[in-house]
Amino acid sequence: MLDFNRNHFELFGLRPAFRLNRSEIDRAYREIQTEIHPDRFAHAGEAEQRLAMQWTARVNEAYATLREPFERARYLLELNGVQAMDARNTAMPADFLMQQMAWRERLEQAKAQADIASLQGLDQEVRAQADALERELAELIDERHDYAQAAETLRKYRFVDKLLAEVEAAYDEIEG
Amino acid sequence: MALLQIAEPGQSTAPHEHRLAVGIDLGTTNSLVATVRNGIAVVLNDEHGRSLLPSVVRYRPDGSVQVGYEAQAQASLDPHNTIISVKRFMGRGIKDLPDVATLPYHFVDAPGMVQIKTAAGVKSPVEVSAEILRALKRRAEAALGGELIGAVITVPAYFDDAQRQATKDAARLAGLNVLRLLNEPTAAAIAYGLDNAAEGIYAVYDLGGGTFDFSILRLTKGVFEVMATSGDSALGGDDFDRRIYCWILEQAGLHAVTDHDKALLLAKAREAKEMLSEQPAVRITAVLSSGELIDLTLTEDTFNAMTESLVTKTLQPCRKALRDAGLKPADIKGVVMVGGSTRIPRIQAAVGEFFGQTPLNNLDPDKVVALGAAMQANVLAGNKGQDDWLLLDVVPLSLGIETMGGLVEKIIPRNSTIPLARAQEFTTFKDGQTAMMIHVVQGERELVSDCRSLARFELRGIPPMVAGAARVRVTFQVDADGLLSVTARELSTGVEAHIEVKPSYGLTDEEIARMLQDSYAHASEDMAARNLAEARVDGQRLLEATRSALATDGEALLSAEERAVIESLVAALERALAGDDLKAIKQATDALNQGTVEFAARRMDASVKRALTGHRLEEIDV
Ligand SMILES: Nc1ncnc2c1ncn2[C@@H]1O[C@H](COP(=O)(O)OP(=O)(O)OP(=O)(O)O)[C@@H](O)[C@H]1O
Ligand SMILES: [Mg+2]
Repeated sequence: MLDFNRNHFELFGLRPAFRLNRSEIDRAYREIQTEIHPDRFAHAGEAEQRLAMQWTARVNEAYATLREPFERARYLLELNGVQAMDARNTAMPADFLMQQMAWRERLEQAKAQADIASLQGLDQEVRAQADALERELAELIDERHDYAQAAETLRKYRFVDKLLAEVEAAYDEIEG
Repeated sequence: MALLQIAEPGQSTAPHEHRLAVGIDLGTTNSLVATVRNGIAVVLNDEHGRSLLPSVVRYRPDGSVQVGYEAQAQASLDPHNTIISVKRFMGRGIKDLPDVATLPYHFVDAPGMVQIKTAAGVKSPVEVSAEILRALKRRAEAALGGELIGAVITVPAYFDDAQRQATKDAARLAGLNVLRLLNEPTAAAIAYGLDNAAEGIYAVYDLGGGTFDFSILRLTKGVFEVMATSGDSALGGDDFDRRIYCWILEQAGLHAVTDHDKALLLAKAREAKEMLSEQPAVRITAVLSSGELIDLTLTEDTFNAMTESLVTKTLQPCRKALRDAGLKPADIKGVVMVGGSTRIPRIQAAVGEFFGQTPLNNLDPDKVVALGAAMQANVLAGNKGQDDWLLLDVVPLSLGIETMGGLVEKIIPRNSTIPLARAQEFTTFKDGQTAMMIHVVQGERELVSDCRSLARFELRGIPPMVAGAARVRVTFQVDADGLLSVTARELSTGVEAHIEVKPSYGLTDEEIARMLQDSYAHASEDMAARNLAEARVDGQRLLEATRSALATDGEALLSAEERAVIESLVAALERALAGDDLKAIKQATDALNQGTVEFAARRMDASVKRALTGHRLEEIDV
């Protein structure tokens, strides 16, 4: 019997790595959904329909984890026994925090002045740092297998990722 | 003498029964019903050859009801009892309606959803919508010559949970088996995509009478995947009408007008708007109840100027969806235009400008949603063609719960693919706290007060512990209709307090049953007969499903004994179905359902394995 608890990578038939091609993930996802989606069982018995629903929810969850760099990294670390977001791990280099604060101030300002151009500038800068951290994560996880160090990078990444989400929300707010 | 039939080699001898299923576009202004006939989707017309059914319902003092053109013709003569654009009231409280002042109805503020006082009593928007659906069901059954096994009903993609729940309730009230609630732009994408063998990233811009949707889809090898959706569930042609209406009042120096005049001028405004799509200026004339004569000329430029902000308003959701999907306007291969209001030239121009390409208008914007819904209904009814496709849709708005300080903790972000389940753990705030209030909300804002409240419930029986020690897991589950259910349980002590809620806007099963009973009293249909018919359909369906499962996988997945057990349950159900005993049919159906659980699980596993081996092979050298 197939194990409902197999990990997300196994479920998708993918190597457990941070550096994954998005199109690889997408393709695996579509192939699995094609077999198990509830619509494929629309005319089957109740039990099969329920199972198809459970499997699909499970596969959607796996997809949501694998396609987002932050979730994927956190999940990989978890598989390697490291709880990266453990509440006790809060230490962060001072210069990194200063940078975050400066960015946040700029975000508030851009929002207050409904200044799309400055929001876009900020967006680019923050995205550049996110990209750099992603490269660092890939090296630490996939090549060096240094999960403790990767956890530290991931905590930084979370700050940046959250800031990016807030930048997105700010566009919504300014543009209505 | 009947000819003997000979099946083609390799085909089953049982003729494949075509199951009657329809797609229904339940629109703000117009509704339609369509079906797939001989492999082709067609809209079903009424006996006068008209495809649209105006979404207008008129209640008479004797309790009789008029629907469609008949009702529309009386709108300005009987404005209080003739309900137009009822879709705007679905799942909405009175405070949610921005334009109560321009509406001629006597609203009753009921908990959850407004109701309307009519000559035939107080009606909820669910009941009014059910009248429209009932009319379409009758039309379809007359055209197809049999009972429907089910319907796919479309809803605006941007409808929230309350609005979806209300729509599903209306369908049940109309006696329709809902195969699926399908998002309108997704339905349009199916119709467009299949018709044009489209591949790539497409957008659907759907501006109807009362709602605006914008969805971005990726079409790849038979998979329709919604990447992002956005919109405004209270923006449509009605708003353009109201701008003209206000302009008329202003030009004519009118302040207060009677409800009759309101309805008359709104109809005139709509007429003028539609004519302006074809000509540069239009004359508006009307005689008010006071005898006063209105005679005005509206030019396209004036119309464009007074509605420019509405046009711009539709572009905001476009930007938002593009951002959510991580795309630029230039990444969109084509923009499919849907909905009657996309006939407005200024809309065509604005969309063309924004996306830097001419929008696609090759499908009838009035019919495309119903046609797509019919195609999906055909698949869900089990009338599979060779070209099968798969739909992956999303939730339009984030779902979350209220946490400390009136803040929202999002559990499911917008644009997550459905169906899905997601859990999050919460804890107690005070020492010894034994209950927790769970407030479910939907929306993008941080403050609970800025989001829509869907349901509130209390989880009791948490063992007293110090603050922060309890672990309450809240699970959100969104089904393929986009409908939410929420479960909460306390985990830390093994004591499981468990509660499940459906958002509060939905009607309870008892309410539906009562309303159904009431409506049958009028239609003099028999509830018991109906129940029996439904049980029969369910039983028959399961029987066919089990037979086909046995034929394909019985050999490979079951031992001889296991197979014998299932076959005896099949035989028992067959016997029950031959009789008229409702209880016996239900029992035999349940027994077969129970008896095939393990078989079903093995079949699912086989499907998953098949999916895995499918792409594993290619991945070896990656
Ligand atoms: N030629 C036209 N020019 C401008 N507007 C038009 C034209 N024809 C129809 N409309 C408008 O289109 C709207 C109806 O469109 P449609 O039938 O697509 O809406 P609906 O499906 O009923 O509504 P919704 O999808 O919002 O629930 C009405 O507001 C109508 O006035
Ligand atoms: Mg519509």
